[in-house]
Amino acid sequence: MATDYTHIILADDDEDDRMFFTDAFDELKMTVKVTTYNDGVYLMDYLNQEDAILPNILFLDLNMPRKSGMECLKEIKENSRFKDVVIAIYSTSASEEDIENTFIKGANIYIKKPSDFKVLKKVLSNVVTTNWQYHTNGLNKDNFLLRL
Amino acid sequence: MKLFIKFDFNTVCNTVLKEQLDALDLKYEILNFGEVAFLEKVPDHKHDEFTKALEPYGIEIVEDHKSILVQKMKDTIIDMVYNSDTEVHVKSSVYLSEKLGHSYGYLSNLFSEVTYTSVENFIILQKIEYTKRLIINENKSLTEIAFQLNYSSVAHLSTQFKNTTGITPSAFQRIIAKRREENN
Repeated sequence: MATDYTHIILADDDEDDRMFFTDAFDELKMTVKVTTYNDGVYLMDYLNQEDAILPNILFLDLNMPRKSGMECLKEIKENSRFKDVVIAIYSTSASEEDIENTFIKGANIYIKKPSDFKVLKKVLSNVVTTNWQYHTNGLNKDNFLLRL
Repeated sequence: MKLFIKFDFNTVCNTVLKEQLDALDLKYEILNFGEVAFLEKVPDHKHDEFTKALEPYGIEIVEDHKSILVQKMKDTIIDMVYNSDTEVHVKSSVYLSEKLGHSYGYLSNLFSEVTYTSVENFIILQKIEYTKRLIINENKSLTEIAFQLNYSSVAHLSTQFKNTTGITPSAFQRIIAKRREENN
């Protein structure tokens, strides 16, 4: 059988946020596999390995030490190996400028981190199902913009 | 002497599929999760040949009744959205059940079960995707698009766009334009 789970990666330096994120997916009981990295350097080291299993959706925190989410986004967009990866920005910032800028730089999704666990579950489930729609219906990913 | 072999299931299957499809000279795309999309109509005899060619590998084409019906529903909806000149003046629920010969209740339950989304949401998604295309590629105004897609008003389309994507149609247009500028 082909593995039909959605592979998800989160890069975030905040331990609580990482836990919050994986707990939400645990409770959602979706067919997903979640891996987390503690900052942008760890993330890019992993992704740049030749045999790395690329995620279907990559969640990026913007403010991380050593390498920011914005730098990761830029590197990912410059490498055609990652063209099928859907990028979700996962940030505490909700400045219009940040949001529009990340979309222009190639992000598909912008999520303002919810403080409520229930809301987080709803948001993440929305992301996975919308992504699934794009994937199974052959929709144009260039037009995939979602703000939550 | 013994050798231990490690193999990747997905790679093996995809390679087999690719070889067989290339041999039949079909235009296709291999998607994840064991799906093949054909970019042109596949004649029946090629379909049969393909089925036979896969047999020795233990690969089968799944043709269960449910998935086929759901695919037909999707095709009908997409046709309805994209060819708005196919005069659809009845409600989409009536249109679907007439066209496919099942009650709407049955169809809509089946659809949710197989796709994890409702028929209504799927229709909205298709309409919004089409709107995006019309905005970007044909430079149409929202008023023209609302009329073409049978929305009661521009405001209705604009609200639905915002509710579905989280951004307004004009922000969407601006972002895509700037993205293209940066890539050039």
